[in-house]
Amino acid sequence: MSVPGAWYLGLAAMLFGIGAIGLLIRRNVLIMFMCVELMLNAVNLTFVTFARMLNDIGGQVVVFFVLVVAAAEVVVGLAIIVSIFRRRADATADDISLLKG
Amino acid sequence: MMHAVWLIPALPLTGFLILLATGRRMGDPKAGYVATAMMVGAFVVAVGVFFDLMGLHGEERRFQQDLFSWISVGGLDVHVGFLVDPLSVTMALFVTGVGALIHLYSVGYMHGDERYPTFFVYLNLFAFSMLMLVLSDSFLLTFLGWEGVGACSYFLISFWFERPSAATAGKKAFVTNRVGDFGFMLAMFLIFATFGSLNYVPVLEGAHELTHVTATAIALLLFVGAVGKSAQLPLYVWLPDAMEGPTPVSALIHAATMVTAGVFLMVRVNPILNLAPGALTLIATIGALTAFFAATIACAQNDIKKVLAYSTVSQLGYMFLAVGSGAYVAAIFHMVTHAFFKALLFLGAGSVIHGMHDEQDMKYMGALRKWMPITSGTFIVGWLAIAGVPPFSGFWSKDDILLAAFEKNKALWFIGLLTALMTAYYMSRQVFLVFYGGERWKKPEAAEAHGEDVAHDAHGAHGDFKPHESPPTMAFPLVVLAGLAAVGGILKSPLERWLEPVLAHPHEFASSSSTKLGLIVVTTVGALSGIGLAYSIWLRNRVRAETVEPEVLRHAWYVDALYQKIVEAPGRALANFSAFVVDAKVIDGTVNGVGALVRAGGTRLRTVQSGFVRNYALAVAVGAVAILAYAVARSA
Amino acid sequence: MSGSLPILTLLVLVPVLGAGVVALMPRDNERLLKLVGVTFAGVSLALAVALMFDYRATGTGFQFVSDHVWIRSFGISWKLGVDGISLFLIGLTGVLFPLVIVGPAVHKDVKGYVAWMLLLEAGCMGVFMSLDLFLFFLFWELVLIPMYFLIGGWGYDRRIYATLKFFLYTMVGSALMLVGILTVVFLHQRATGHLTFDVVTLANEQSLASSTARWLFLAFAASFAIKVPIFPVHTWLPDAHTEAPTGGSVILAGIMLKLGTYGFLRFGLYLFPQAAVDMAPLFLTLGTIGIIYGAVVAIMQKDLKRLVAYSSVAHLGFIVVGTFGLSQQGLEGGVLQMVNHGLSTGALFFLVGMIYERRHTRLIAELGGIQRVAPVFAGVFMLVMLSSIGLPGLNGFVGEFLVLIGTFVTHRWWAVVATAGVILAALYLLWAYQRVFHGPVSGENATFSEMTMRERAIMAPLVALIVLLGVYPKPVLDRIAPSVRELIAHVQEHSDYRQPAVAAGAAER
Repeated sequence: MSVPGAWYLGLAAMLFGIGAIGLLIRRNVLIMFMCVELMLNAVNLTFVTFARMLNDIGGQVVVFFVLVVAAAEVVVGLAIIVSIFRRRADATADDISLLKG
Repeated sequence: MMHAVWLIPALPLTGFLILLATGRRMGDPKAGYVATAMMVGAFVVAVGVFFDLMGLHGEERRFQQDLFSWISVGGLDVHVGFLVDPLSVTMALFVTGVGALIHLYSVGYMHGDERYPTFFVYLNLFAFSMLMLVLSDSFLLTFLGWEGVGACSYFLISFWFERPSAATAGKKAFVTNRVGDFGFMLAMFLIFATFGSLNYVPVLEGAHELTHVTATAIALLLFVGAVGKSAQLPLYVWLPDAMEGPTPVSALIHAATMVTAGVFLMVRVNPILNLAPGALTLIATIGALTAFFAATIACAQNDIKKVLAYSTVSQLGYMFLAVGSGAYVAAIFHMVTHAFFKALLFLGAGSVIHGMHDEQDMKYMGALRKWMPITSGTFIVGWLAIAGVPPFSGFWSKDDILLAAFEKNKALWFIGLLTALMTAYYMSRQVFLVFYGGERWKKPEAAEAHGEDVAHDAHGAHGDFKPHESPPTMAFPLVVLAGLAAVGGILKSPLERWLEPVLAHPHEFASSSSTKLGLIVVTTVGALSGIGLAYSIWLRNRVRAETVEPEVLRHAWYVDALYQKIVEAPGRALANFSAFVVDAKVIDGTVNGVGALVRAGGTRLRTVQSGFVRNYALAVAVGAVAILAYAVARSA
Repeated sequence: MSGSLPILTLLVLVPVLGAGVVALMPRDNERLLKLVGVTFAGVSLALAVALMFDYRATGTGFQFVSDHVWIRSFGISWKLGVDGISLFLIGLTGVLFPLVIVGPAVHKDVKGYVAWMLLLEAGCMGVFMSLDLFLFFLFWELVLIPMYFLIGGWGYDRRIYATLKFFLYTMVGSALMLVGILTVVFLHQRATGHLTFDVVTLANEQSLASSTARWLFLAFAASFAIKVPIFPVHTWLPDAHTEAPTGGSVILAGIMLKLGTYGFLRFGLYLFPQAAVDMAPLFLTLGTIGIIYGAVVAIMQKDLKRLVAYSSVAHLGFIVVGTFGLSQQGLEGGVLQMVNHGLSTGALFFLVGMIYERRHTRLIAELGGIQRVAPVFAGVFMLVMLSSIGLPGLNGFVGEFLVLIGTFVTHRWWAVVATAGVILAALYLLWAYQRVFHGPVSGENATFSEMTMRERAIMAPLVALIVLLGVYPKPVLDRIAPSVRELIAHVQEHSDYRQPAVAAGAAER
């Protein structure tokens, strides 16, 4: 017996929601970063689900692209975060507002 | 010789170029002699051309020489070419003749001036331009000369440019002339639009096809040009100021040649004028009024040159009166005699100024007859000529004009007669003040008073010196011109026959010989009474000088002040308003306003960029939801 | 000849190459930098002169065309060509650039100055020769950048303000024109099925509906009008002219303003004949206003450079009037006047620059009596000024007169008002001359030095051309004439306009 596709989609939506809300309400840069990852993976889950449901390999291919991009993003993002923490120990996202207009 | 006509303007042009290149090395007086030689050469060629033309029969007396194409575009085809006919040769003869004499005179007069060679550079350029003006075969080439003489006049009036008054006078002359040129240019446009050509021959031969309206328009527009160049009402104001230039310039440009260009132009286009009787009446009226108006001013001037300047304006008015009355030959005749006697008077005045060490105020002269015999003798000849005393030249030419005016309109004739009386009066006043009476320059109090009220004349006379006669280079032209001024009247009937081919309709005097005789008597009596009046006032001192020199006339009817009020001041205000309000505030303000608006908008919008990542994330989320909602709503 | 050497392509490439060479040179040897710069500009001049001699005077259409496909899928090609209208503008460009490279003193970074100037020359040449709308736009924009840096880098006190204003203002027009260009091309594709930026094809096939054409004409005209500049979009010009270094002012006035008037001829009248005819009264009116207004505003200027700048507004007004007067004389006079204005205003800016070098001021009130201490300088200034006033016998008159007489035949009352401008021109220039050169000499003006040999050498070609074009303009007019005749025929063919027989002359009757 297999789990219906809708459940996967529901799970993906929940994960995405958690990620999005986390991104909006948390101030710790690292946590926010993880929330972004959560959202990305929620999307990945959706792609895979649809690939299975629609029997289209294209969805799975996109997931690989997303993973690659996410990996690259993690590298750059973590580097930025580390360099921020090197300068100040207790930085929250709100403190870093140099691009304020 | 006829084919050498191009040499007439080319010689002064060569002189101009030579002096421009090497004038400073030649220096004083060699540069002057080179310039004079060029003018004499041009005169000789002009005489040769004249005799060649004489050899032809009446109607054949026309020769065209085409040098090269100047402006040729579409239907417009203007060449640099010459039209030799009795009119242009007459003009060329007296321009080169009088011009050569004045060049020679300048050799002496300008001696010692630090810009001596430059003066002759300008003078030769002027002669070239003037000869182009009279000899050209098209309106456009005449206009080249017309503007050229204007520019030279500007250079020469402001020759002593260190004096602000001279610089201003030069500028005033140029700009006022430009107002007239506006008319000349429009006339050319209209001629081209009508005839498809600007050459004299096709235009004048086709003139009879003109409609009345077009003929009037062309005539009036050309007259506007003539009014500017020949200093008629209301554009005469530049000519009295032009006396700031060296005296030979006043004689050559502002008496004998350039200012008569307007009259020449009117005579040149006589076939068109004949078709516009309304325009002719206007010309005659303006001429008569100018003659009268300028004469009144001349009666109360103290500057020896200013009197002659207003007198020139007045005499030019006579010429236009003649043109307006249809007596073109009389106009040219008066132009020629006027060139003789007015050049003579100006040069005489220059000689006096020279001898008096740059004194120009007649009230500080007197009794110069004893000190300057040649100058005074020749000046007196000029005086009798301009006053219209028979048998001197002015008598004959003025008489013709008054006769023509009498036949045209009695009122104009009467104005002309009054002017003749005044002319005799103010010229006599001048002669009596300068050459007769007491030696007022000797009195020390005169010198003192002088220092106060004529402050503009920085290097004026101061008591202890003796007036002296001028050198031979200056005296010789005076004597020659005096001879011409005395006997110039004999040209009367030859000139009438000679000029007949260039006139569309030869002017016939309709009056009976008894009327003519009567008019002559009236005119002569008028002239003599003017002299008598001056005699009783200025030599017998029957009337106090102040009563015959009212302030209003001394200040030339306050016309300059009036122009200042109604033209210059509002013009200045308008220009200021345009430059500093309209342009800087309104137009540029709008442009900068747009910039400021963008900037203000940016300032408002920048607050959206809060710098908080959450805000951006929220915006992204809201945006994504909105787009999704839109997509869902559309698909539903 | 035209087959053997791609002379037009070379005219663009030589200055570009020069700019590259200069950019690679060390920056400390200023003489050498100028020498190299002027050599490349001189080669361009030689090519331009060769072009003028090889040009077939009686020929019609475009000559020396070089046409290479560039971006095939968009129908874009490298297409250059000259006709009588552009020929002398190329010549003018060739004459002025060597002079601005060696002429004025450059007080800093000679290398940058020379390199930007050469790049600017390439851009100007390109605009005058492009027969492809895309290429034209490319050069049109290319011109902006060097001028932006020249004003911003080498200008006077308010240079940043001026250069920004100049750049942004021109960009507004360019944006509209870009939209116009693309619309023209795509509408043409829709109508005929093939995509091309070729000006000649677009002009001859005339595929636009008349109301569309009018809007597109306005889009182009906006750009040209700002460049000319036509009243009331002229206010960038006094600022840019005044703040630019001498060389920049010379090029700005001498050549870059002509890009606008040239654009009207080449793209306005040629691509949109009917629209141009319909809009002629508007532009005649604006041109006439420009003549009077520019002169009136010039009268009161306190800064000599600003005065000359406003005189440009007036002079360019004449060219606009001649262009939209649509007569043989007016158009030829307009083209000639472009060259004339380049020579006389260019020369005036050189002279004002020389005054500034000596006195470090451009304010009229601080000058005076200079004619006494520097008569030759004053004489040259006078001659150039008289050319600008339009004295017959000098070049300015021929152009002005042709513009006015031609326009009088086709649009009488505009010409009458425009003629009044000649009075005002005399007024403001003579007054300025009087204040600067006449009167007693005092203070620092007494040490004003006479023209040096180098300065004389710079002025000599300009003065010679001013006199030559005034006395014998025939060779120039004869080469302009066939192209103008063709342009008018083109306009007549594609619109309801008919030129009066008087203006066209007997041949056309």
